[in-house]
Amino acid sequence: MAVKNLLEAVRETLHDALARDERVFIMGEDVGPRGNVFLITKDFVEEFGHDRVLDTPLAEASIVGVAIGAAMAGMRPIAEIQFADFIYPAYNQIVGEAAKMRYRTAGGNTCPLVIRTPYGGGVGGALSHSVSIEALFYHVPGLKILAPSTPADAKGLLNSAIADDDPVLFLEHKKTYRLIKGEVPPGEYKIPMGKADIARPGSDLSVITYGLMRHFATQAADELFKDGIDVEVVDLRSIRPMDRETIVKSATKTRRVLIVHEDNKFGGVGAEIAAIIAEEAMFELDAPIRRLCGPDVPAMGYSKAYEEAFMPSPERIAAAMRDLAAF
Amino acid sequence: MPQLGETVTEGTVGRWLKKPGELIAKYEPLLEVETDKVASEIPSPFGGTLTSIMVEEGQTVAVGTIVCEIAETGAAALKPAMSAAASAVQTQAPSSTQSSTSTAPRSAAGVANGVRYSPAVRKLAREHQIDLSNLSGTGRGGRVTARDVTVAAQSGAVAPTSDTRTFAQPVHAATAATAPIGVPRQAHAPIEAHAGDEDTVIRLSQMRKTIAERMVQAVTSIPHAWCMMEADVTELSRWRDREKAAFKAREGVNLTYLPIVVQAVCRAIKEHPLVNSAWGGDHIIQRKHINVGIAIDVEEGLVVPVVRDADRLSLAGLAQSISELVEKARKRRLTLPDLADGTITVDNTGALGNVLSVPIINPPQAAIITLEAVVKRPWVVNDAIAIRSIMNLCLCLDHRVLDGAVASRFLGSVKKMLESYT
Amino acid sequence: MRQEKAATRDETSRMKSEPTVRETLPEGLTPDRLREMYYCMVLTRTCDDRGFALNRQGKIPFAATCQGHEAIQVAAAFALRKGVDWLVPYYRDTCMALSFGVTPREQLMCLFARKDDIFSSGRQFPNHYSVPDRHIASISSIIAAHVTHAVGMALAHKMRKEDAVVLTSFGEGSTSEGEWHEAMNFAGIHKLPVVFLCENNEFAISVPQKMQMAVKNVADRAVAYGFPGVICDGTDPLASYTTVREAVERARSGGGPTLVEAKCYRAMSHTSDDNQLQYRTAEDIEASKKRDPVPRFEAWLTDRGYIDAGGILDMKARAQQEVDEATDWAEHQPMPTAEDLYTHVYAEGPLS
Repeated sequence: MAVKNLLEAVRETLHDALARDERVFIMGEDVGPRGNVFLITKDFVEEFGHDRVLDTPLAEASIVGVAIGAAMAGMRPIAEIQFADFIYPAYNQIVGEAAKMRYRTAGGNTCPLVIRTPYGGGVGGALSHSVSIEALFYHVPGLKILAPSTPADAKGLLNSAIADDDPVLFLEHKKTYRLIKGEVPPGEYKIPMGKADIARPGSDLSVITYGLMRHFATQAADELFKDGIDVEVVDLRSIRPMDRETIVKSATKTRRVLIVHEDNKFGGVGAEIAAIIAEEAMFELDAPIRRLCGPDVPAMGYSKAYEEAFMPSPERIAAAMRDLAAF
Repeated sequence: MPQLGETVTEGTVGRWLKKPGELIAKYEPLLEVETDKVASEIPSPFGGTLTSIMVEEGQTVAVGTIVCEIAETGAAALKPAMSAAASAVQTQAPSSTQSSTSTAPRSAAGVANGVRYSPAVRKLAREHQIDLSNLSGTGRGGRVTARDVTVAAQSGAVAPTSDTRTFAQPVHAATAATAPIGVPRQAHAPIEAHAGDEDTVIRLSQMRKTIAERMVQAVTSIPHAWCMMEADVTELSRWRDREKAAFKAREGVNLTYLPIVVQAVCRAIKEHPLVNSAWGGDHIIQRKHINVGIAIDVEEGLVVPVVRDADRLSLAGLAQSISELVEKARKRRLTLPDLADGTITVDNTGALGNVLSVPIINPPQAAIITLEAVVKRPWVVNDAIAIRSIMNLCLCLDHRVLDGAVASRFLGSVKKMLESYT
Repeated sequence: MRQEKAATRDETSRMKSEPTVRETLPEGLTPDRLREMYYCMVLTRTCDDRGFALNRQGKIPFAATCQGHEAIQVAAAFALRKGVDWLVPYYRDTCMALSFGVTPREQLMCLFARKDDIFSSGRQFPNHYSVPDRHIASISSIIAAHVTHAVGMALAHKMRKEDAVVLTSFGEGSTSEGEWHEAMNFAGIHKLPVVFLCENNEFAISVPQKMQMAVKNVADRAVAYGFPGVICDGTDPLASYTTVREAVERARSGGGPTLVEAKCYRAMSHTSDDNQLQYRTAEDIEASKKRDPVPRFEAWLTDRGYIDAGGILDMKARAQQEVDEATDWAEHQPMPTAEDLYTHVYAEGPLS
């Protein structure tokens, strides 16, 4: 089986989707001859033409708005926002229009749209190339939010997103683009949304996480195993819909839960996970639910010192795991 | 190899712009590097002479790899060029681990006797019909954990068990000769010392950790009171001297003071049964069986295995049981049942020369007795000075269960029995 | 009473096509089609009046009329090809919708917010038309958000090499939104087959045009996006028809977009929740009502013999009957239930 990094897996998936279905096309800034600023769509324009790998003006609201119109008219557009930090002008269209399209027309109009964007820190991106945005969107009914962390998951979930008849926000952690490599099955396959992955089964405590933190948590868990602490790592992969069943099952099994995410702590996705566990597994818990998250500051700064202080590291995750194991 | 680009993890040397032996100025172009995103000229970070090239043209290496060395003008040593830290995930732990950003548990000002039970603990206790007040826990600060309840349910034992996963010998809270007397204190946040450069840091074994936790729990949850009596064991000591050889030959074990005192303790309990009790929260549980815990010193610390129904054993039986337990302890072969169900503890602190101890009670017991070293002292006998062998007997009591009067009477009984040998 | 009594020729302000009598009708219009246009305007006026009446009776919570806009709206609908071209209208386009295939029953159903309302099953405000089968695309209440959608639809048609034009309409207030400009820009770059129709009634709720933009005409903005901007009298159905049709032709033939600005007026308040006497004088309102396109078109048609007094009465009676029937029918349709709350969030799968 081929080993690819996450970027290559996304590239392969997009390529195959364009080849397979003429309704699919990509639109965004610099996606054409430049091949996307990470080279994800490298050489696509030669193969598929400028129409289907369409360079847009620097105007995020219309990148999404025009894509919505195309989706309403029967195309299956994949809109790209160059960095998640730039998605805010498109919030009106995503939340006010795309999310409600099916509901407001009682199924008359639908919006089979995928919006892809790179998010997350660890690359010296500073205040405006490092944010996580899932908390701003996962709250909204009518949207689906995906955040795969492995190349195989990226391919399977992106295929599901493209095939889905509702708007999907597909989040790609930019640090994982080149850092994370893995086996990617060939051919077209889909991973269903709303299903978490047990990255590492365990019995002493559960870590619920997603994105780059899945890898840091697994690394920390391997360290702790040497000391006889057996940590289960659950990678959500899909933020909305969220796999409540797996979350509750893991919490019930280990009775101790540590939620880890890079995004700011207050009001982050971890708050919802904690609420679900408290609602459905209260009497299984042997310890308070803990969250290890990014600090509640606007963003991580440019200086490496800020970035390192902001992002949870394998060491800090391991310390939090040990602390919870000893409770 | 520098990092060119936010997500780049490696680079290819395109072309060296200088040869080894050539001079290079700071910021002068040194080599060309290609990544899959960009190709760039790299200016030299130092001025001096390029001494050696480690990575040839066309080779691809990870970010952070040393690619060449420059002898800096004016500096004696070689400086490896461009060994900037890689952007890849650091796996080495920093030497001073920061505490996690998750908030530490709001530490236990605790409720009443400092005990909180998690929802899982209550649920499991209900399901398995375990009386939680009889359990002490292996969690932080002596908290009863869900696993403690499960293990208790499985072993059928009500007495405290500890986590058997990580080490072979579970440990009970043991006595310590220098433990402070407790008025029960509210548990404060512990004050931790910091190691200086010349100090040695000793990592904690699981046994040490558990002892530490159990000690804190005992001292903070039980109001300790202490009393002491002096026993004139001159006759006892003479009797022992006369008997010990035959005893050894007959029973195969030594006749030490320990089984003698244990026997006296058992008889004294018969007269004062309240000493053999436990605090039950809103009641006192007076135990039927007299299971005497014997504190034994092992290499890693202390264990307290139990002689069950010690009152039913003869002196020889006691001596033998104690000897077996010591043997097992030293060979690390004690089992959970060996350690369970103790109702009172006896510690032979005198064996190492102590004449006074203030031991820590072994929860959930109410008393602990020490026998101190037998020392010849000038003594008043019939208003004259004589040289007598004196053994101090110390008793720590749970003042919720026992008052000074009861404790003193009990200790007095023990003393009387020891003084009655002829 | 909103409908003016039939006015004499002298009192009615003349449409721009007077005094020159047209020799020929604009291409695509026949006497029959002219009468159809007139009927659509009358039907719309009757529906609008009924909506306001129901609102004042407390039977429906909300109503918005298009009085003053009827001419440009019917003209735009007739300039498009039904079943081929697409409409992305805004919430004041009642006449355009009724002229493009929406029925009085459907209009009344959305006013009553009944479960079987075909636009949104009672979920949206009234006049948020959505009938994909009849090529009317949906909007929300977010101003100007639909204009990029129209551009996206036009993009899809161009990609698929389809012969379809998209017409999207909006008020002059919409042209202040950033997204409106982004839509115009995108359409201009790719010469998309779209017509941007601005129905300028000079007020965005209470904000008059001079507080809304620095330019005198909305049409002046088109030059910034590389395509023509044209002005027409939005109270004159034939002038409006000619202008819109020209724009549609340009789009159809690959000539790209046009911005059409139809000058009209708003006779009523913004909606039933607004009272325009708070920001307009009674005189100003009365003066604008003199431009009422319905009696003026009626006079124009009568003058030329396309219709007589009897025919007019018949049409008005027919419209009244249709609206009465639609009202009675819609009022008795079932309301949505609590269970209906949860449908159509996603195609399938859990809500969260």
